[in-house]
Amino acid sequence: MTRLTVPKTYKLYLGGKFPRSESGRTYEVATPAGEFLANASLASRKDARDAVVAARGATGGWAGATAYNRGQVLYRVAEVLEGRHAQFVDEIVAQEGVSRAAATAQVDEAIDRWVWYAGWCDKYAQVAGNANPVAGPYFNISAPEPTGVVAVIAPQDSSLLGLVSAVAPALVTGNTVVVVASERFPLSAISLGEVLATSDVPGGVVNVLTGSPAEIAPWLASHQDVDALDLVGAGELDWPALEQAAAESVTRVSWPEQGPDAATPSIERIRAFTETKTVWHTKSLL
Amino acid sequence: MSFLEYAPAPESTSVLKLKDAYGLFIDGEFVGGGGAAFDTISPATGRRIATVATADAGDIDRAVAAARRAYDGTWSRLSGRDRGKYLFRIARLVQERARELAVAESLDNGKPIKETRDFDIPTVAAWFFYYAGWADKLDHAGLGPAPRSLGVAAQVIPWNFPLMMLAWKIAPALAAGNTVVIKPAETTPLTALIFAEILQQADLPAGVVNIVTGAGETGAALVAHPGVDKVAFTGSTAVGKRIAQTIAGQGKKLTLELGGKGANIVFDDAPLEQAIEGIVNGIFFNQGQVCCAGSRLLVQESVHDEVVERLRERMRTLRVGDPLDKNTDVGAINSAEQLQRITALTEAGIAEGAEAWSPDCELPSEGFWFRPTLLTNVATSNTVARDEIFGPVLSILTFRTPAEAVAKANNSPYGLSAGIWSEKGSRTLALADKLKAGVIWSNTFNKFDPASPFGGYKESGYGREGGRQGIGAYLQAADAPAPARSQAALDAASGATTTARPAVKRAAKAVAKTVTKPAAKAAAKPAKTSTRKAAK
Repeated sequence: MTRLTVPKTYKLYLGGKFPRSESGRTYEVATPAGEFLANASLASRKDARDAVVAARGATGGWAGATAYNRGQVLYRVAEVLEGRHAQFVDEIVAQEGVSRAAATAQVDEAIDRWVWYAGWCDKYAQVAGNANPVAGPYFNISAPEPTGVVAVIAPQDSSLLGLVSAVAPALVTGNTVVVVASERFPLSAISLGEVLATSDVPGGVVNVLTGSPAEIAPWLASHQDVDALDLVGAGELDWPALEQAAAESVTRVSWPEQGPDAATPSIERIRAFTETKTVWHTKSLL
Repeated sequence: MSFLEYAPAPESTSVLKLKDAYGLFIDGEFVGGGGAAFDTISPATGRRIATVATADAGDIDRAVAAARRAYDGTWSRLSGRDRGKYLFRIARLVQERARELAVAESLDNGKPIKETRDFDIPTVAAWFFYYAGWADKLDHAGLGPAPRSLGVAAQVIPWNFPLMMLAWKIAPALAAGNTVVIKPAETTPLTALIFAEILQQADLPAGVVNIVTGAGETGAALVAHPGVDKVAFTGSTAVGKRIAQTIAGQGKKLTLELGGKGANIVFDDAPLEQAIEGIVNGIFFNQGQVCCAGSRLLVQESVHDEVVERLRERMRTLRVGDPLDKNTDVGAINSAEQLQRITALTEAGIAEGAEAWSPDCELPSEGFWFRPTLLTNVATSNTVARDEIFGPVLSILTFRTPAEAVAKANNSPYGLSAGIWSEKGSRTLALADKLKAGVIWSNTFNKFDPASPFGGYKESGYGREGGRQGIGAYLQAADAPAPARSQAALDAASGATTTARPAVKRAAKAVAKTVTKPAAKAAAKPAKTSTRKAAK
């Protein structure tokens, strides 16, 4: 006789905790064949706003950590994810209906992307910053800084890889993130929250919402306390309207990307969520 | 009983699992050495710690051959991502064994445990972490797309920061895709050999890192070996010059991190409390056995007496003694030879008119010790203002104007580091522009970070370690011409069949005929194409 399993309740990941949606709503997640997998939380406008508050609260600590420390934390995420490799493969197979080999490749790549972005933390400023030879007796340097709170609509066609590929680069320079997971494949996103929660990533640095991007995205786009909006997975939505809403508070916007390669690793994804700060200092005459 | 008399707080050595004898680490395994084995001792007691093998010419041949095989067969074919993963593993293993490494380093080198525990070993881990991340980002290193590694790197490191120097050398070399033969200093081989065990635990492919122990002869044989593409040396200026002469015409890229006589400049508006701490750190950190030590204090005349008095007061609280005691500030001098050199130079300074002062502290009866010492009344022409003492001896000079400070600071064949103490930022930055030194600290001293390039001007060497510049020292641009090599070097290379550098050799032959640089570039191009074909 086989053992009866204990299924997991998938909730949201907000401010380092795992609450249910304040709305009490859930939606059914099924296999491609239509079999029931789990009830995921159907996040509300209020949940989205709570997530932004949590993300804003975490900016000081995360951006204020040394780049070396952030790099170590992101590398730790890769280590912990590696340890949970099998769990993520199972979840991806169940949700997406792909082969184990394809699911394994997806988890492998997700881990390696955490490592790649971890390495950028203490190098990005060296690559993107510079000393400026201004025409006068001034010390003048420009260096990138995080823009603040980044709201992300995760790629909708993948469970884990798209999500990681969109979230990790925003974290590199010290942004905090509110991410709306893939609507069809939300389970890996919450499991990734468990990884983040046990990887020294401070609570609130990444906040994961599951549910309907069409419902939540407008509230994030128009939110005054969101500094940047990554629409990478918003291709199926009315994303020009989201871009317009974001313009009201001069929120930085990244456009949708299509296909399985959405949010492919790039230094551009780091740059998109940074500000350049230039410091002038006089030099006296000796 | 003074407030300085604490109960002993020795760090336990029970974390150490030392072997009685260590071999060379070649091709992933410990092997015996052809030379006469030697003892590594604890400079704090003079007692033997372990016996260490000496690599002779045959061992160097084998080590270089192993590095070449690993380069051709494994390491240069590995993706940057995978090279990075090995380096991340090494970083983690260093962190996990940090206490053990700290105790071993303190025991073998004589430096205080609080320094190895809080500085040396954490910096080692940080260096591997930092360069691990570079391995798959070489396109951003500043040399254009797809830069190439150099090949086999021969690295010779000093005894003052044994494992840290090893990390500074190995991490960027491997990240860039080179393989390594490294020689630790004769008096401090221990942590490098424990590090070899870490490489085994990390499952680093055999031959990627080879560690050959021995004295100066071993190092000389290594850098001169025809199978080597890159030489990196940290140590004395005298040896650095000899290495540059030895390898001239051999087409080996060279970085040198040599001596220094760092000027630490204190203005009358300096935050004095902070400055006193910085001066003490600048010269007594690691017993002053630091190439970038702030060994020449330049004090503005108006605050000279106050600074000297406060320095004396501070120095009276320095605890000199057992390096393994957690309360120790100043440990043992690394070797009898070094102690003799410090003593001789200090005596020369006194003979030339300097006044010496040391706090009244008791020194242990065995081992190698030197009291923290101030030399006042020093003139710029004095030996102790010119020569690197490499010990806990501070020479104090004065200046009146910023221009005089610059002139005196730059009045040295060295140019490694300088410190500026002042609350006036505009003057500090203007002064920094005029100082001929590779690293300038303002209102701080002796700061190191893997993200920050380090290295000197003038006879303090060339090339930088750390930062983006540090990875560049182990790379060449995709379209870089093959290195020019003399006919003698080409003949030597063709003789050493096991370790020859075939690809470079062909290119170099074409170059050897030409004189001007543009022509060399043109000549190198067809050679490079043929190299690619040969590789297929």
